[in-house]
Amino acid sequence: MSKPEVVKSNSQIVQKEMIRRNYDKITSGRVKVSSTFVPGNLNELLMCFDIANNLPEINAIQNAMSKKSGEMITEAERSGHSEDVCTYVKADIGMMAKGNIAPNGKPFPSPDMLLLSYTGCFTFLKWFELLREQYKCPTVMLHVPYAADGHPTKNMRDYIVKQLREEVIPAMEKISGIKFDIDRLREYLRKSAKAEDDLVWMLEQSKRKPSPIDCYFGGVYYMGPIFTAFRGTDEAIDYYKLLRGEIEERIKLGLCAQTPEGEMPEEKYRLVVEGPPNWTSFRDFWQMFYEAGAVVVASSYTKVGGVYDYDNFRHDPDQPLESLAEYCLGVYTNRNLPTRVDMLARNVVEYEADGLLINSIKSCNSFSAGQLVIMREVEKLTGKPGAFIETDLVDPRYFSAANVKNRLESYFQMIDQKRRAGGSAALAA
Amino acid sequence: MRSFIGIDLGSTTTKAVLMDENRIVLGRGITNSRSNYDVAAKVSKQEAKISARFTLFNQALGTKGGADRLLADLERNFRLEQFLSELKLLEETCENYLDHPRFKESKSGLKQVLATVFKQIETEAPAIYGPGADRKSDFFRDIAGSRFMNIAESAGKQAGVSFDTILNIYDKSIIDIESLVHPDGVVSRQLLSGLSRALKEVAGVDVSEVEAQAALKKVLDIELEESYVVGTGYGRVRLPFPKEHIRSEILCHGMGAHMMFPGTRTVLDIGGQDTKGIQIDENGIVANFQMNDRCAAGCGRYLGYIADEMKIGLHELGPIAMKATKVTRINSTCTVFAGAELRDRLALGENRADILAGLHRAIMLRAMSILSRSGGVSNEFTFTGGVAKNESAVNELRKLIKENYGDITINISDESIYTGALGGASFAHRAAN
Repeated sequence: MSKPEVVKSNSQIVQKEMIRRNYDKITSGRVKVSSTFVPGNLNELLMCFDIANNLPEINAIQNAMSKKSGEMITEAERSGHSEDVCTYVKADIGMMAKGNIAPNGKPFPSPDMLLLSYTGCFTFLKWFELLREQYKCPTVMLHVPYAADGHPTKNMRDYIVKQLREEVIPAMEKISGIKFDIDRLREYLRKSAKAEDDLVWMLEQSKRKPSPIDCYFGGVYYMGPIFTAFRGTDEAIDYYKLLRGEIEERIKLGLCAQTPEGEMPEEKYRLVVEGPPNWTSFRDFWQMFYEAGAVVVASSYTKVGGVYDYDNFRHDPDQPLESLAEYCLGVYTNRNLPTRVDMLARNVVEYEADGLLINSIKSCNSFSAGQLVIMREVEKLTGKPGAFIETDLVDPRYFSAANVKNRLESYFQMIDQKRRAGGSAALAA
Repeated sequence: MRSFIGIDLGSTTTKAVLMDENRIVLGRGITNSRSNYDVAAKVSKQEAKISARFTLFNQALGTKGGADRLLADLERNFRLEQFLSELKLLEETCENYLDHPRFKESKSGLKQVLATVFKQIETEAPAIYGPGADRKSDFFRDIAGSRFMNIAESAGKQAGVSFDTILNIYDKSIIDIESLVHPDGVVSRQLLSGLSRALKEVAGVDVSEVEAQAALKKVLDIELEESYVVGTGYGRVRLPFPKEHIRSEILCHGMGAHMMFPGTRTVLDIGGQDTKGIQIDENGIVANFQMNDRCAAGCGRYLGYIADEMKIGLHELGPIAMKATKVTRINSTCTVFAGAELRDRLALGENRADILAGLHRAIMLRAMSILSRSGGVSNEFTFTGGVAKNESAVNELRKLIKENYGDITINISDESIYTGALGGASFAHRAAN
C-alpha cells in the first residue's frame, strides 16, 4: 500500500532548497571545505574564511532518510567496524567506501580541514581520527570541557577563547589564505542572534493548546538551518521569518501540529521527548505518534546543536569569541545529568505535557548514558509517567516497528488510565 | 447472560477469559496461535465459552455426591468427542486431496494407508483421553500430528508409499482443519454425547441421567452474549475489532496480575516473544514498564529453540533441569549463541541437566535486568506468562529475587498464562459498565 503524498509547508520546501544549494557548494570544487559536527559548531567562524561547512552527521541522516544507510553500515562492518560503533560513523565510513557520493549525486571533495569543535562525544574524536587517516588534511581540535557542575564557568570560556585565538583561527587563516576579520564575525553573529530570536519564539509556541507544531519530528526540520551551515546568514533569517509566519497562521486558525499527512485532527497527548529520533523509519515512527493524536511539545534533540531557551543564550556580536565559546559549552549533551533532568522536568511542567518519553539510541553514548536515571528523576519531579523506547540513529536493523508501537500504545493507554483514574480505583478503566 | 471477554493473542498461544457481570471468571480457553490470528481468536473464545458452560454445569449440579467426578469425566469425554470429530474431518480433508491429478497413479495406495492410519488413531483415541492419561499437549494438531507421523511411517513403508507424500497431504489438510471453528450447535452435541459416555463410565454419582441431561441442556440453552470483547497481546492489531476494543498487553498483564493477586506491585511476564517488567499501583494501573528490545533473547522462544536443539519437548526442559546437581554458567542469552554454547558444553561432556539449569538461570538473569530497569521488585511480586509454568525457571527466579531484593512474596497462579486475557476481560467489563 503506498502512502499518501507528503504534505509540505513552504518553509520545508525552502529548507530543502537551502540544503541542496549547500551540497552544490560543497561539491562544486570551487570552495574550501571543512568537515565539522553539529553540536556547538562554529559556522560563523568558518564563514569568516569562506570555508563551506560539511556535516557528516547530516550526511548520514540524509542517507538514512533515503534508505541508503543500511548498505553503507554493512559496508563499514565488512571493513572491521563493530556492531556497537555509532551508526553515524559507520554510515559515513560506508559512504566513503562506496564512492563518497553526496546526496546531490556528486562526489564529495576531500575536505581541506577537519574541525572538531565539540569533544563531549568521544566517538567524534575517533571518527575524525579515521577521517584524518583517509584525507591527511589538517585537523583542528577545540577542546570543550564538560560542564560537570551543570553550568559552564568563566575559566572554561576563557580556555576555549584562548584555543580559538591561538590555534583554531590561525589554522583557518592558513588553510583559507584569508586574514581573520573580527568585524566580519560580529556581523554574522548579529544575524545569528536575529534568527535565534525567531527560533526561540517558535519553540515556545508549543506551550499553546493545541500546539501548532510538533517539536520533535517537526522540530528537526525547524532546527535544520540554525544547527547546520546557515546560522549567521540572511537565508536563515528569512527562513525563520517565513516559518514564524506559517506558525502564526496556524495559531490564528487554531490548527493542531502539521504532519506529513496534513494537520493532526485532534491533540490527545502532549509529550516531552529525550533523545534523537530514528531516521531510517522516520515517517513510520512519526506516524505512530500522530495517528494516536500525540504531539511532542518539547524535545532535547532540538537542543542538540546548542541550547537557546533554557538559559536564554544568544550569539553576541559584542563578545564574539566569548559567545562562540559559550555556545560550544552549552551543548545539551555537554550538560551534566541534573541539568538535563531540570531542563526536561521544566519542559514537562511549562509545556503542560503528559510525561517524558525517552527514545534511547543503541549506539549513542552521549545521549543514552544515564537516561533511565533521567526518566526516574523527571517522573519524581513532575509526578507524570515516563516511558522508554529503544531504536537507533541510522541502522535500519535496529528499528523494530512492532516493539516500538507496542511500547508507545502502552504508554498512551497508561496516560489515559491515569487521567481517568485520577487516583480513584473505580474509574480506572 | 451478559459476558465480558478478553483475548490475548500471543505469539505461541492465544488465550481467552470470559467473565460474568460480577467479574467472576466463568471460563478460560487456549489454543495455539497458528499463523492465523483471526482463527486463533475465534477458537480461544469458543474454548472459553465451553469452559464457561462447564462452570455453569458444575454450579447446576451443586454439591451432589460424585458431581466433581462426573464433571471430570465429562470433560475428558467431551475432549474425546471433539478429537474424534476433528479427526473425522481431517480424514475427509486428506481424502479430498487425493483427487489431485498428481496423485492419479498412487491414489489407491495412499487411500489405503490413510484409512489404516486414521483407523488406528481412532482406536487409540479413547486411551489418549483415558482417565489419568498423560498428554504432552492438548492441542489437536500436536496429538493427532504426532500419532499420524508415527503410524504413517510404518504403514507407508508396508504399502510401499512414500512417507513424504503422506506427510505432504497431512500438512495441507491440517491447516484446513485448524481454520475451522466449531459452531455452538456442534459443541452442544459434542457435550451431550460426552455426557452420555461419562454417565456410562462413572459409578456412584448421586445425579440421575435424566437430571444431568436436563441440567446440561439448560446450561447449553443459556446464550452467552458477548457484551464486550477486548483484544490484547502480540497479534492484537490483527483482531477484527475496532480500535477502542484493543488494549496494550502491558496494561492487561498489569490489570490481570492485580485481579489475581491484589497486593501485586511488580509483575514479570515472560511470554513467547517478549519479557516485560511492569510496576503497578494499588488499583492495577501501570506506573512504569520495561521490555526487551527487538531481540527475543531470554523469552519463551529461547526455551523452544533450546528444546528443539536438544530434541526434547518444551515441557520437558524444566523437569530435566530440576535434576541438575550444579548450575552450569551459560554466558549468552542470545538464542543463536546459546545454541552454540549448548553444543559446546555437551561436547565437553557436561551434564545435560546442569546445562539446562544454567540456561534457565541465564533467562532469569536477563529478566532481572529488565525488572531492575523498570524500577526494581516491590512486594508483592507476580510472575506471569507461559514460562511461569516452568519449575526450573521459577526456581532460578526465586533465588535471584531473594539474592537481590530479600524476602518478597512471589505469586504464581496456576492460571498465570491467562493473566493478559484476564486483564482484557476486566477492561471489557469496565468499558461496558
